[in-house]
Amino acid sequence: MLVVAFVSFSLFNFVGDPINNMVGEETSDEERAELRETLGLMDPIHVQFSRFVINASKGEFGISYQLRRPVSELIVERLPATIELVVISALIALVTGTLLGVYTGINRKGFLSDFVLAISLLGVSLPTFVIGILFIYLFAVILGVLPSFGRGEVVDIGFWTTGFLTISGLKAIILPSVTLSLFQMTYIIRLVRAEMMEILQTDYIKFARARGISEDSIKYKHALKNGLIPVITIAGINIGTLIAFSIITETVFQWPGMGFLFIQAVQFVDIPIMSAYLVFIAFVFVMINFIVDILYYFIDPRIRVKGDVASG
Amino acid sequence: MSFLKINNLSVDYKMRKETVYAAKNVNFEVNKGEILGLVGESGSGKSTVGNAIINLIDEPGQVSSGSVILGDLNIHENSESIIKYRGNKIGLIFQDPQTSLNPILTVGEQLIETIQTHLNLNKEEAKNKSINLLKEVGIKDAEKRFNDYPHQFSGGMRQRVVISLALCCEPELLIADEPTTALDVSIQSQILDLIKKLTKERNLAVILITHDMGVIAETANRVAVMKSGNLVEIGETKKILTTPQQSYTKSLVSSVPPTNKKILRFVIVEKDNKNKGNNIKILNRWTKKEITNQDLVQVKNLNKSFDDNFFTENSKNSVLAVNNVSFEIKEGESFGLVGESGSGKSTIAKMIVNLFKPSSGDIFFDNTCITKIKNRSELMKFRKQIQMIFQDPYSSLNGRLKVKDIIAEPITLHNPSISNSDLNNYVDDLLDSVEMSQKSADRYPHEFSGGQRQRISIARALATQPRLLVCDEPTSALDVSIQAQILNLLKDLQEQLNLTILFISHDLPVVRQMCDRIGVLKDGKLCEVSNTEDLFLNPTHEYTKELLHLMPKIESIYN
Repeated sequence: MLVVAFVSFSLFNFVGDPINNMVGEETSDEERAELRETLGLMDPIHVQFSRFVINASKGEFGISYQLRRPVSELIVERLPATIELVVISALIALVTGTLLGVYTGINRKGFLSDFVLAISLLGVSLPTFVIGILFIYLFAVILGVLPSFGRGEVVDIGFWTTGFLTISGLKAIILPSVTLSLFQMTYIIRLVRAEMMEILQTDYIKFARARGISEDSIKYKHALKNGLIPVITIAGINIGTLIAFSIITETVFQWPGMGFLFIQAVQFVDIPIMSAYLVFIAFVFVMINFIVDILYYFIDPRIRVKGDVASG
Repeated sequence: MSFLKINNLSVDYKMRKETVYAAKNVNFEVNKGEILGLVGESGSGKSTVGNAIINLIDEPGQVSSGSVILGDLNIHENSESIIKYRGNKIGLIFQDPQTSLNPILTVGEQLIETIQTHLNLNKEEAKNKSINLLKEVGIKDAEKRFNDYPHQFSGGMRQRVVISLALCCEPELLIADEPTTALDVSIQSQILDLIKKLTKERNLAVILITHDMGVIAETANRVAVMKSGNLVEIGETKKILTTPQQSYTKSLVSSVPPTNKKILRFVIVEKDNKNKGNNIKILNRWTKKEITNQDLVQVKNLNKSFDDNFFTENSKNSVLAVNNVSFEIKEGESFGLVGESGSGKSTIAKMIVNLFKPSSGDIFFDNTCITKIKNRSELMKFRKQIQMIFQDPYSSLNGRLKVKDIIAEPITLHNPSISNSDLNNYVDDLLDSVEMSQKSADRYPHEFSGGQRQRISIARALATQPRLLVCDEPTSALDVSIQAQILNLLKDLQEQLNLTILFISHDLPVVRQMCDRIGVLKDGKLCEVSNTEDLFLNPTHEYTKELLHLMPKIESIYN
């Protein structure tokens, strides 16, 4: 986290002169120096950096050059859109990915399995924006059933604005979330498939068969539970990646989330937004990995009771 | 009327080009309260028959013909019907208790699920039944351990859990596929006693599949011998082991190292006795060391600890794998190190060949302390004189090199100026000395069987003309008949080349045949060192006595 904070702090300080960006042409040198002083830009680097870290931990990233509003406010405003998009697409990726993975892992030779695998290959190899544009063309332009951009109507409930409560909001989220989830889904399909195939060969599955346990229980209780352990690791990392990928998807669909905000910030060299975004993404990654480690504890008993193997 | 009847059972694997028969027209019967031993070497089809009885053959294999009659039921009537009998009428135990339990379900969950699949019991009743079962197979604190996960049990305890799972729905037939092969001697005897006890108490019919003749001699009432899918011979255990009729059975029985006496060579019946080994060409190149009766290797107060934690050396977490071990090996003798898994025998071997650094203590080779040498070229001189043969002939040879290159590598390493034609001759001589044809030089390791690969390993070890050969379980991955050949080879080589051998094994009968003196290890400590015959006839240490008592003896059939 500190490293990322330092990188974004450097961005803040060394990419151009922030004062130049903030003030107009006709500002005098004295005024500039005064502003510099009030912003604390004359202090030594380590003082500035510690101030940056302290402010960042309070959620203050300064003022956007372009929009002249506090960055924290902008992020809070855009956050719900991105979170909704990422959560929905993560759910789509996990649920369909696992289901299809289990299916193709068990029925290895069926036509449907081959079909799913072929499609999943497409999902890995086509870039997100191509898929997004194809979807827009198909569903918005030709069929005209789904909106091609924006979030639709949103309902404001205090600190959170949600698109889940209106029909147009729900419609609007379908295309971007499916687009975003495709790449992850194909990963999960392949991973679950490989895991299932491997686990169905193990001795304990064979022993369970020899005990007469029903096939359904073997597949969904004995095998799937073991197979999901690596999936959780990958999924954890990938939810972070989803947020990162959402930049592209949000741009394609004009989704008013953080990724879109970031792209706009890049265009206008709006450093505070960019650095805040970086710190935020790093924070999310760390949190997700932390949650995954805790999940392990509940899923894998071998981690839970390390070092108290009873003797016999 | 026998309980289980197997008529003309065949299992085949349909391959692209041909159909491979894993079992062909197998007929046998098992009675209630009887243990039938099913023996054979790897690939003989013994496990296939065991799995075929409950129709658990992996694709593309299939039971192609024959019938299995259990009591008065034909359980192979159709492929669906057999599923009803699995676990219910027939229990199966697999070889490796480490892998045959689902790691993320508790022992209790697995027991209850199995019980509820077959018996009409509610959860509470199933739980009570499971706890009683765990008690029956000898697990203490069954109520508490019921909620434990498999990894919380030791190997022997896990196999008890596996047995309780196999027996939980009161099957009448138990198929045990190498149930003790992965276990240490002391635990093996406990598990075998348990199986015998349960057979009697529950009046089970048991098929015990194993390659270990000692186990058969001590447990089975009758034996069936299999070879490449065919049943060769079947009869009373005593009769088969003492007066075998078929030549295959004869050679199998004679390959088993006897536990009660030392023999000079193993009798190899079937193989062509060309009396090789008398003219070892390699002798011309060998600068033979005189047997001086001096100590070649001295190990003094050797310690090795492994730390769990990188940062806290010598913390209480560290495991003392070798604890203050001292012994000497005389020039020209065979010294055996025996012990169960985890006793530190392989760790000692690796320290002698300088693959591990000892935590403290010294190893002297030819009166020079090799543990303190820092200089690389100094070290090379000793490396040349000490060579190692590893347990697993499959992973110890580089699969991407030709046999020729594998053997030539150590030669060129220690003698970079050797000419190409000389090198080729040298490799040929080495292959010759391990009784391999010179044609094998241009082939790759995967084209050879386990025994042949181990011969290649020996040739590679001999390439540097070592004085000390460290053999770490050289035959434990091999079948008995192959083991007998390799052991004969090692004996011949030692005699002709005056080699000193450090022989590490868990297999007491093998050690008895191979070694002049033996050290017994337990938990990293050396219990006892004495001459082989003294050790076997008059063991002094309690642990040695226990080991000797527990070792399965093929001779027990005479008692």
